[in-house]
Amino acid sequence: MPKDQGIGASTKRREDVRFLTGAGNYTDDINVHGQAYVHFLRSDVAHGTINGINTSAAEGMPGVVRIFTGADFEGVGGLPCGWQVTDKNGEPMQEPAHPVLAQGKVRHVGDPIAAVVADSLEEARNAAEAIELDITELDPVVDMKAAVAGGAKVHDDLSSNLCYDWQFGSETEAVEKAFAEAAHVTTLELVNQRMVANPMEPRVAVGDYSRANDESTLYTTSQNPHVIRLLMGAFVLGIPEHKLRVVAPDVGGGFGTKIFHYAEEAFCTFAAKACNRAVKWTASRSEAFMSDAHGRDHVTTIKLALDKDNNFTAVHTDTYANMGAYLSTFAPSVPTWLHGTLMAGNYKTPNVQVNVKAVFTTTVPVDAYRGAGRPEATFQLERVIDKAARELGLDPIALRRQNFVTQFPYATPVAVEYDTGDYHATMDKMEELIDVKGFAARRAESEKRGKLRGLGINCFIEACGIAPSNLVGQLGARAGLYDAATVRVNATGSISVMVGAHSHGQGHETAFPQVVAEMLGIDENMIDIVHGDSSKIPFGMGTYGSRSIAVCGSAMVRATEKIINKAKKIASHLLEASEADIELKDGQFSVAGTDKSVAWGDVTLAAYVPHNYPLEDIEPGLEETAFYDPANFTYPAGAYACEVEVDPDTGAVDLVAFVSADDFGNVINPMIVEGQVHGGIAQGIGQALLENCAYDENGQLLSASYMDYAMPRADDLPNMANYRVDHSCQTPCTHNPLGVKGCGEAGAIGSPPTVINAIVDALQSGGHKVDHIDMPATPQRVWEAMNG
Amino acid sequence: MAEVTMTVNGKSVTKSVKGNTLMTDFLREELRLTGTHVGCDTSQCGACVIHVNGQAVKSCTMFAAEADGAEVATIEGQANADGSLSVIQAAFQEHHGLQCGFCTPGMVMSAAALLKENPKPTEAEVRDYLEGNICRCTGYHNIVKAIMAASGQDVSSIAAE
Ligand code: FES
Ligand code: FES
Repeated sequence: MPKDQGIGASTKRREDVRFLTGAGNYTDDINVHGQAYVHFLRSDVAHGTINGINTSAAEGMPGVVRIFTGADFEGVGGLPCGWQVTDKNGEPMQEPAHPVLAQGKVRHVGDPIAAVVADSLEEARNAAEAIELDITELDPVVDMKAAVAGGAKVHDDLSSNLCYDWQFGSETEAVEKAFAEAAHVTTLELVNQRMVANPMEPRVAVGDYSRANDESTLYTTSQNPHVIRLLMGAFVLGIPEHKLRVVAPDVGGGFGTKIFHYAEEAFCTFAAKACNRAVKWTASRSEAFMSDAHGRDHVTTIKLALDKDNNFTAVHTDTYANMGAYLSTFAPSVPTWLHGTLMAGNYKTPNVQVNVKAVFTTTVPVDAYRGAGRPEATFQLERVIDKAARELGLDPIALRRQNFVTQFPYATPVAVEYDTGDYHATMDKMEELIDVKGFAARRAESEKRGKLRGLGINCFIEACGIAPSNLVGQLGARAGLYDAATVRVNATGSISVMVGAHSHGQGHETAFPQVVAEMLGIDENMIDIVHGDSSKIPFGMGTYGSRSIAVCGSAMVRATEKIINKAKKIASHLLEASEADIELKDGQFSVAGTDKSVAWGDVTLAAYVPHNYPLEDIEPGLEETAFYDPANFTYPAGAYACEVEVDPDTGAVDLVAFVSADDFGNVINPMIVEGQVHGGIAQGIGQALLENCAYDENGQLLSASYMDYAMPRADDLPNMANYRVDHSCQTPCTHNPLGVKGCGEAGAIGSPPTVINAIVDALQSGGHKVDHIDMPATPQRVWEAMNG
Repeated sequence: MAEVTMTVNGKSVTKSVKGNTLMTDFLREELRLTGTHVGCDTSQCGACVIHVNGQAVKSCTMFAAEADGAEVATIEGQANADGSLSVIQAAFQEHHGLQCGFCTPGMVMSAAALLKENPKPTEAEVRDYLEGNICRCTGYHNIVKAIMAASGQDVSSIAAE
């Protein structure tokens, strides 16, 4: 019998009611009285020297309030980078300045040059057209390998286009020895293409300023309002936190790209004070394509060594990772600590070495996108294992199983320690769901219809719930990665929980109360979550990296435990019993072994009307805050499989079945968890088959709208009958109080290699000696691979 | 500026608008009906779908002046008269057919238009009809399920888990 409330119940989402009735409050729905509008004039060339910006004609245009250029931001800080990577020689990475508006040079199509603030958006746009730009075009820097070989520099004050050259994991000597002694070595070169996160809500920023108390407010589409307050206040505009409020109300999806601090946020906050008037910016979709941080964009060579018994003995990778023109907030951490640390995968390979060159190019900055580093790691590893199995004539499932980590905790050669897992269990589940045994018959049936059928499988592990602050501090993070929650119990027993996590689709307003309700034994509807406003919540690092319930949820548990402790003291006083004898069950405090009890509401009322109250021992009121710093990452893992049919005449790929078997540890709300997996899988399938953010050799962005960038649509995904997501394999996390691991990114990590493995398997079954197809596997690419 | 009169969610409204005011802006800024969203500038995403004279229309591709004299329905007018969720809205909640909610108004309006045209669509017909509605969060699975459930079809046997 499924539960109908508390932990493990598929409680329907309370936030849905406002979204379904058009009553949501997204940033673009916010208008501040008297606001002006800003339009950014952006570079239409990839690289150029700004010789002059003539705004005089534009300034006289109707409605113009003020025009800003880079000169207005001299003396103002640039956008900071939140993570410093140290390269293999012990040197800090090269870190260029990132001005709010371009100074001296433009470095990518979309780089903002000037900002026109006007009474209306139309007037701002019209005036922007009257700005005269004198820009001398410079050579674009597009190809990463060419960029590090020499030629034009993106940043003249840096020594080269190389941000860092990073090496990590096992010692070179040990790795070289393993390869020299290997019975077999498989090598694969591959591209993890550039992606655009594309939350359906474009970014918006509204800056407001109050002369009365010198306070600035920024409404913004952010996954982490406190992080924006810290970065923008301390590093860019020099506003102390108590004079700066950042609000991220309903946010229409993020997927990583709304983590970062953007120029437009700083601009609107700055301009609101400068103009003494609220300033609003709403991105158009084409503007989003050229200003939202992109994702992925790695070029990798991976080598896998096996001994004569097919045990993996070493993995070696060489990756070029595109940073784009500037360092976005967390960009340097993605190809390094979020990628290198996962390169052991689910396997007990004794030697793993990861090498990454991060490169500046004249393209939009690249940062975390759903999975961030972990999809890139999984794609390489699982593709090279599949290729090795084929070269050696082995069953790809058996080869993986043979090399699985089975003893936990397990310390990998790439610095992390997996606390728990059961990779055979998810593999078993996956085999059952896809019906591996029946595949031969399904393939024969497809062949009768002239189609090539392939089965692709994939295993993955991820590190979520980032992370112990002292550890990430050593690794270069310029922030702590704890989270915070305040549980405020009101006099009548209702509760507001102020959480540092931010919900932009994840359903926190429903799932978080489930936990508190379970702990207190009261109705979920008595509990509300408050999030997304730096003035209302104690502090918070926001939501990304599948961390909300694992980190912020743990803080909420700790704060609720403090509430229970205090409430028991009050109850023991009311019941005239010893505190040690007080039990809390179903919202009643009772004295063990007696029928004496008081209800939750009596205790909460006593806390606020302390007439009969132990005032000498405890303070009135019932409100507690906890900060939680995780002891380790969490390690969700899973096994995915899919089947494709390829049309040998056209190269078209039909994804006919897809299954996932995930281990997320304990699950709070299965319905929400499954929803997260559905969305992640769709994005992973989008990467495998459809999506590609392309630049031409001049650095022009070719995919800047939904006409050119193929988003997955409803009919691109498998039918319901041939699609299963499962999370019944559960090895609870050993170090957080809920035993949860996080589920937001799994689908996006696990699915791309699954699909490509299946396509290669299909082509091989038709006698095509194809080892690899780069993503997206469009009909043209598949056809060329077959006929190339 | 020209004066336009239309019925929006059953109420008559008269306003003066500029010739180039988009219907989306008219609804969002003039009437403050902010449930209609804008997700793109190339008429691809469907976040802005409303009904004009009973037909699903992308309001970002229409001028407010063109709606003069029309019956307009938006997401704000979809709930039952007593404020409870309509069958389609309730099915979206029941089957978790939304996450961030940004595409949702357009999805619900498209679903309503589909079910009017085709009261018992097959799964393939639903997927095909949603060609013009992009959702980045849900992977569509639960949206398709919600729409089929709203049409009175039993979706319990095709659950994903
Ligand atoms: S906003 Fe109308 S289709 Fe995208
Ligand atoms: S629910 Fe977020 S875009 Fe559909």
